[in-house]
Amino acid sequence: MKEFKILAVLVVLVGALYYGIEPYAHSVMHPEVAPANFAFDDLKNVDTSLKGNVENGKVLVEANCIACHAIETAGHLQIMSNVDAAAAYGVNPPDLTHSGRIYDKNFLANFIFNPVTAMKLEHKYPEGGAKAFPMPAYNWMQAQEIMDIVAYLQSIAPKVTEDKAGHEVTYKAACARCHSMQYAKLDATTPGDTLKTYLGVTPPDLSQHIKSRGEHYLHTFINDPQVLLAGTAMPRVGLSEKAQEEVIAYMEEIGDSKKAERESVGLWVMGYSVIFALLAYLWKRKIWKKVH
Amino acid sequence: MAEFKQADSVLEWFDQRLGVVKFAKVMMTEYWIPKNINFLWAMGVLLSVMFAILLVSGIFLLMYYKPDVNMAFDSVNYTIMQEVGYGWLFRHIHAVGASVIFLIIYIHMFTGIYYGSYKKGREMIWISGMILFMLFSAEGFSGYMLPWGQMSYWAAYVITEIFGGIPLIGGDLVVWIRGNFYVADSTLTRFFMLHVLLIPLGIIGAIVLHFYALRFPHVNNVDGEFFDFDKEAEKYMAGKHKESKVVPFWPVFLAKDFFVLGVFLVFFFYLVFFHYGFAMDPINFDKADGLKTPAHIYPEWYFLWSYEVLRGWFFPVGPLSGKDLGLLAFGFANAIFLVMPWLDRSPTVKPANQRPYFGIWFWLMIADLMVLTLFGKLPPTGPNAWVGFGASLTFLILFIALPFVTMAEAKKAKGK
Ligand code: HEM
Repeated sequence: MKEFKILAVLVVLVGALYYGIEPYAHSVMHPEVAPANFAFDDLKNVDTSLKGNVENGKVLVEANCIACHAIETAGHLQIMSNVDAAAAYGVNPPDLTHSGRIYDKNFLANFIFNPVTAMKLEHKYPEGGAKAFPMPAYNWMQAQEIMDIVAYLQSIAPKVTEDKAGHEVTYKAACARCHSMQYAKLDATTPGDTLKTYLGVTPPDLSQHIKSRGEHYLHTFINDPQVLLAGTAMPRVGLSEKAQEEVIAYMEEIGDSKKAERESVGLWVMGYSVIFALLAYLWKRKIWKKVH
Repeated sequence: MAEFKQADSVLEWFDQRLGVVKFAKVMMTEYWIPKNINFLWAMGVLLSVMFAILLVSGIFLLMYYKPDVNMAFDSVNYTIMQEVGYGWLFRHIHAVGASVIFLIIYIHMFTGIYYGSYKKGREMIWISGMILFMLFSAEGFSGYMLPWGQMSYWAAYVITEIFGGIPLIGGDLVVWIRGNFYVADSTLTRFFMLHVLLIPLGIIGAIVLHFYALRFPHVNNVDGEFFDFDKEAEKYMAGKHKESKVVPFWPVFLAKDFFVLGVFLVFFFYLVFFHYGFAMDPINFDKADGLKTPAHIYPEWYFLWSYEVLRGWFFPVGPLSGKDLGLLAFGFANAIFLVMPWLDRSPTVKPANQRPYFGIWFWLMIADLMVLTLFGKLPPTGPNAWVGFGASLTFLILFIALPFVTMAEAKKAKGK
């Protein structure tokens, strides 16, 4: 049939064009980078195979951490207001309630040992540089002690539900000290001007990042920002794969809240169109039989 | 005034006052279309339907959209996309529809070129069609600015900047178009006006003209055959449906178009719901920021070929800078299709595959437009820049050569 030949030519031409200006052009503009690495096995300062002691960890945390960090779940409430804390430290120190759950164990241990190398911020805080990272390195501690702290933090971290409310808890603990999310009515807990002084830039609002960056990009980016954006002020935060998935799920729930509706309506509308096309075909056959 | 008798039916009541029966005959049941056509002749009806879809979805968007640089982005991405019931549906339909209508426009245009439907009495159909193409281009460009994302802003910046290359008045012209020295609130509000009022009015007018222009020369057919429509219509009305070379617009022609429309809509709605990234660029989900230039700026896909004609000229030739040359080539590319009926010097109306030289010319032109489109999106660096230059130059040469190619073809046809 002649018409099928014409259609085939059209499909080939349009398909080639589409391939060139979409998948191909994007692969040229955004080359693939190393995949996300949730083992954080570039960090080797602490022997994480050691089994931690929760009791001892509690003692160590109370002696070393709560001067700056709140741990709401353990009864250590935040003493300063967000504004004062930000003014004192540059950025609000996180409440450690969820840290045992959201951070990868290996990352967390190595972070305590040396925050700057774990977060890959050596370009901002070179050793002996003028500016110091607000949290000191605990590289004088024994590996066992660090693992005790980790074990304690893991033991107190509350579980969260597998839904939007749970995802929000993880998002807030992981991102909300620096990033606002206007569409969820969340402001960064560190005031904007303090942040700008601290980081050099104001971190972007994350309301639409699920659309502008997409899941694929976020997956690699959050895991290790320097890989895709060398020199960025954003630290490697060290989320476990599960926590990162929860963060991205939350970004989708806020930034693309109609996704489920779109996909179900889509099937109905396409189904209707198929029926319309079939009926139109039968009608056309009937009408054209009389003229051919 | 003629005497009115009591109407026996609603139809008759209207007929007495508006002549609806006669009107329906003239417009539908006795408006004749050749029988010998393929599905490419359904593109006009597809375009009419797409325009209607864009109009309706656009009206819904207009109820919540806010043309203000501080509110535009959120009014689209939050209010319309997430708060208003089915607001996302109208936005997706509108954005994807605007992109897909250009695909159909190009198919429609190149069908016209392939079958020679722009000459021998059909010049006004072609010209009104090209006016539609230009109006749709302006409509697409102005609409893309409205969500006020990064691509909205920077595409607006780059495209308005092009006018700066015009000698003497260029600089003032850019300021006049933008209403400011840079792309600003004044730019957004005036393009908003153009997008929702002036250009749509123009489009509706041009569609009327286009349809009117179809009446006298009638639609072409797959063989480019000329015949007496009145005689064929008489045959049809005498009941010789099979023998007649024509069919009425309603119901016969439309029966086929509805089927083509149905198949098209399945494809269209697939794109609307599941595959819309090509029409709603991710970068445009970042709010416009005049201080942060995106790494890659590119126009919508349907402008890529002419954008590449502009970009292809990246080095000076004699006294002219690359920018001047690009602008000249760009002006040429945008105007040249308009005079297509006069560039084709051969009197033959036949499909391109039955015309020895024009057939080759047609496929070279399609290939060149594809290369231009592909490289229009890629970064213009290294060898890409030279491919762009080559394709841009080829475009100019093809159209300058067309009169000679077709004259030679006419001579050959006469010699036989
Ligand atoms: C939204 C815009 C347009 C609409 C709604 C439209 C509509 C139509 C319709 C209904 C027809 C008759 C049936 C057919 O052949 O498809 C037609 C024919 C035609 N149109 Fe368009 N058109 C549009 C844009 C254009 C453009 C951009 C061009 C090219 C410059 C163009 C050139 C033609 C030509 C040459 C014909 C005659 C085809 C023939 O005789 O076989 N049209 N148009």
